[in-house]
Amino acid sequence: MKVKKFLAASVCMLALGLGVANAETFKWSFQGDVQSLDPHGLNETFTLGFLGNVYEGLTAYDDDLQLQPGLAVSWENTGPTTWIFKLRQGVKFHDGGDFNADDVIFSWKRTLTSGSDMKGYGARISGITKIDDHTVQLETPAPNPILPRELVFYYMMDKEWSKKHNTIEATSPKSADATATYAAQNANGTGPFILTERQPDVRSKFIRFDGYWKDIPTNVTEVYFMPISQGATRVAALISGELDMVYPVPVQDWKRLNSAEGVKALTGPEARTIFLGMDQWRDELLYSNIKGTNPLKDKRVRKAMAHAINLNAIDEKIMRGAAVPAGLLVAPQINGFDASFNIPYAYDLDKSKALLAEAGYPEGFEIGMDCPNNRYVNDEKICQAVVGLLARVGINVDLNAQPKSKYFAKVSPQNGNDTSFYLLGWTPSSMDVHNVLFNLMSSFDTEKNTGQFNYGHYSNARIDEITGDVEKETDQVKRQNMVAEAFSILKDDVGYIPLHQQPLSWGVRDGISLSQRADNVLDLRYVIVDK
Amino acid sequence: MSDISNQKDSFLTRFRDSDLWWNFKASPSAIIAAIVTFIIVFGAIFANFVAPHNPFDLATVDLMDSLLPPAWEDGGRASYLLGTDDQGRDVFSTIIYGSRISLIVGFASVGLAAILGIAVGLISGYAGGIVDTILMRIADVQLSFPAILIALLIDGVARGIMPRDMHDELAVYVLIIAIGLSFWVQYARTVRSSVMVERNKEYVQAGQVIGLPDWIILVRHILPNVMGPVLVIATIQLALAVITEATLSFLGVGVPPTSPSLGTLIRIGNDYLFSGEWWITIFPGGALVLLVLSVNILGDWLRDALNPKLR
Amino acid sequence: MLKFILMRLLQSIIVMLVVGMIAFALFRFVGDPINNMVGQDTTMAEREALTESLGLNDPFMVQYGRFILNAVQGNFGMSYRLRQPVSKLIAERFPATLELSLISAFLALALGVPMGIYTALKPKSFFSRGFMTLSLLGVSLPTFLIGILLILFFGVTLRWLPTFGRGEVIQLGWWSTGLLTASGLKSVILPAITLAIFQITLIVRLVRAEMQEVLRSDYIKFAHARGLSPRLINFSIALRNTLVPVITIIGLQIGSIIAFAIITESVFQWPGMGLLFIQAVSEVDIPVMAAYLLLIALVFVVINLIVDILYFVVDPRLRVQS
Repeated sequence: MKVKKFLAASVCMLALGLGVANAETFKWSFQGDVQSLDPHGLNETFTLGFLGNVYEGLTAYDDDLQLQPGLAVSWENTGPTTWIFKLRQGVKFHDGGDFNADDVIFSWKRTLTSGSDMKGYGARISGITKIDDHTVQLETPAPNPILPRELVFYYMMDKEWSKKHNTIEATSPKSADATATYAAQNANGTGPFILTERQPDVRSKFIRFDGYWKDIPTNVTEVYFMPISQGATRVAALISGELDMVYPVPVQDWKRLNSAEGVKALTGPEARTIFLGMDQWRDELLYSNIKGTNPLKDKRVRKAMAHAINLNAIDEKIMRGAAVPAGLLVAPQINGFDASFNIPYAYDLDKSKALLAEAGYPEGFEIGMDCPNNRYVNDEKICQAVVGLLARVGINVDLNAQPKSKYFAKVSPQNGNDTSFYLLGWTPSSMDVHNVLFNLMSSFDTEKNTGQFNYGHYSNARIDEITGDVEKETDQVKRQNMVAEAFSILKDDVGYIPLHQQPLSWGVRDGISLSQRADNVLDLRYVIVDK
Repeated sequence: MSDISNQKDSFLTRFRDSDLWWNFKASPSAIIAAIVTFIIVFGAIFANFVAPHNPFDLATVDLMDSLLPPAWEDGGRASYLLGTDDQGRDVFSTIIYGSRISLIVGFASVGLAAILGIAVGLISGYAGGIVDTILMRIADVQLSFPAILIALLIDGVARGIMPRDMHDELAVYVLIIAIGLSFWVQYARTVRSSVMVERNKEYVQAGQVIGLPDWIILVRHILPNVMGPVLVIATIQLALAVITEATLSFLGVGVPPTSPSLGTLIRIGNDYLFSGEWWITIFPGGALVLLVLSVNILGDWLRDALNPKLR
Repeated sequence: MLKFILMRLLQSIIVMLVVGMIAFALFRFVGDPINNMVGQDTTMAEREALTESLGLNDPFMVQYGRFILNAVQGNFGMSYRLRQPVSKLIAERFPATLELSLISAFLALALGVPMGIYTALKPKSFFSRGFMTLSLLGVSLPTFLIGILLILFFGVTLRWLPTFGRGEVIQLGWWSTGLLTASGLKSVILPAITLAIFQITLIVRLVRAEMQEVLRSDYIKFAHARGLSPRLINFSIALRNTLVPVITIIGLQIGSIIAFAIITESVFQWPGMGLLFIQAVSEVDIPVMAAYLLLIALVFVVINLIVDILYFVVDPRLRVQS
């Protein structure tokens, strides 16, 4: 009896000991915490990427942003507006529940509830029919060639768990009490990591889910996420060895990271393009010394500005060579990108001055510029550089750099696009060019919801037409030809001045291998800790 | 050097007896502090003539010249004595121009705070009763609001009521009012507590008996006796105002980066502490330390020298 | 005395109501919260609907009234940014801020008061001049720079102390303390020093100034004339009289330590109320800002009350007039 007990105890200890030996811990940091754990609560890249370790969609991205099967094994476009998705069998949620067709239908309906921020995605589907437990038929309101791509961040929740915890509707920011926000503070997905502990802004702990359906590269069993808002502190915590991985790292600190022992900077181009927009609709600019007319309505003036901005200097000096100067509003990682248009307007001061003179502003003019100072990589510094560069052709810019909350409140359509000249960055959330055509290049239209981020109201009838057609066109070649036409028109009109793709800027401890996705998402599935 | 002393001498004799001057000459630290303060203030006032470059004239700034080290380091250029910042501005010149903005913000906001605070403190402490209660509760309300919120509020209101063309000149005024408003309470509370002690003293009661108006008693008799702590606070607050301005800039609300103050320069340089471009932070930081130290040493000396009881 | 306290309590409530009202009047100048609460694909109509449902289109007095009505029922609303009850967030963060503030205040007093007394008693000595100059360093450089420099030196170069956070904490009921674990104690050192450096300047100067005044007053001269020992005069009579204005300032300082903790906390990612507040400002998290401001108002009101009560105890002259 005694011996038996002793044996049992030692087996236990052995098991524990082994567990400890195999436990690989990974600690990482980002500049902020997620707002909510509700997978339908906020349609924003970091939040969705963070939750992507816990929740999954029918389709998924691999580490190179290529589409691959997720909770669906296969799919087929059976009619112009119908799709059949075969679901993966034997998938378990973290609480042990089974994943099946009912969960797909439940999750879709949940995205359409009032608190959901995924309603836009939800609306891409007009109905889901259960064919059997592991087959569903999806109806779309119109032909949609990129539907599988749009399902990546469309995360699946367990119907039973949600019912049990009374969270069948997406948690809304206006919820008044803690019970209504259960899903915002607890998570139960099918993903490889289980969230076990969460203190907002301080620490979140994940452990590896043993019942995960897929064989994945990671050997990490325990993950701590500790957000740090100040860039310098974040970098210090990495160099001092308290953390294994941090991002974003200020680009000017790369040199320091690479010269410090045991850490390195991990960099690459992000799918986010930074660009300048101009008021092209008002008859008189809000912020300018030119009265009675809007110089930015004149294509020559816009062109002059484009030729006055030295993208290489901004890249080299402000971005430390880490950015990729751009000629398009879409990055190479985006579906629909066309390299032949990605050539920036040449830096040519003489041409710029000549164009200004031709347009009737040989002495230049004054203009106000709006810029965020805590949104994009070195945003304020880029704006300052633009101000300096434009000064050389006589365009004197008054820079108004503000925190993002004030900036967006000022320039967004809710406030009547109160700006003359602004800097903005954009990553199409669907990783497809249509999103850019729809939000940035189409005319501003509150009825059709187009051009919501076209703060300067650039407008071209042909581009509007193309935007509508591209959405429905299933023939890839025809689609690409239309996209190319739109790019060419925008380029010729100088509707925007693209600056660059901003860099991904991660800092990693030696002995950690991971993959850096172009949408700036850390996928824990690929994190390997060397012993 | 001797010019400066003579100038100071004639300047001072008009106001004070030679006692003060004698006192000044006897204090070497005060002399050094005065010289440093004078140089910084002089440089700030005549920035256009003193600075080798005009960093606010962007047409003369070349981005390609950015991040050059000081002249004596490898890769430095003689025309940029202390190197250049991330935008290619000459650090030495930005310090001179930046000091001007910092000094304006510092002196104006401290002046505003002191006038407001002393007035409230005198009235509150002397009147007592309901007036005192109301003023002190207003002070409580004021204390609850951090400077950043006040700055955001004033900025928002100012942008709302001023015409659009004026917006870019607003930043400095917004800062002065915001910092001034967040600083006055300390004077008020300090002056009030001193006044409460002073008003029971014989000289005040004597004044009241012979029928002097209250304001004369307050300004002519009580005020000089409570100025000691006020001067201490004022000299420290001058430094604090400059630093608060830097802090607001750190939090994203401050003077525009295209015309930076000393504090904004330090905030900008803060981004380069890890990357090896130390001159962007260290030189403006050093200038700020020098300015604050010398003003405070002068303040300490002046407080002692002016205090009749210490003579 | 009781009547005095009751009156003050009544006034305190009015102060807090006014703070709340001003707070709500100024929130719209902080920015637009909606943009941070929705993704970029959310349509204008949905944004408008969210604004409407949160009541952000109402006049500020209506918003304020609603807030007060809920607040008196103990409901401070949900944070926009973290989707958690504000009362829970504040309860989690308050201990962190208070521990940091008290430790730094203790540091500042323990160093500042003796330095102030010394410089007053021996104004001409070498050390006095050294102390006076040294104490200025805290106001010569912005807090954020001092914090980063400390992190660089002690965290990165020497690796003695943690660079961020609060370390391991232990729950004592609802109070979480970092002072009972080694990592918690190590974590508090750098932020506490950063916060204290700034306070020391004022304390040294104030103690010195007041002490000098007192030492030259008639009753001290009289005490000397009576032949009392210098030690008794300096440390009992003079110090006691020095403390009146010093208490005012130091009392107020505790409030401003909490306010200044905003910067320190954000540099060290210290999970206190200051960090919560500054992030609330940057994301326009109105319920959190409102609750924070009211709590700070409460802290100031309580401190002022205590200071005023202490006046009666410390300075007998003030007792007469009441």
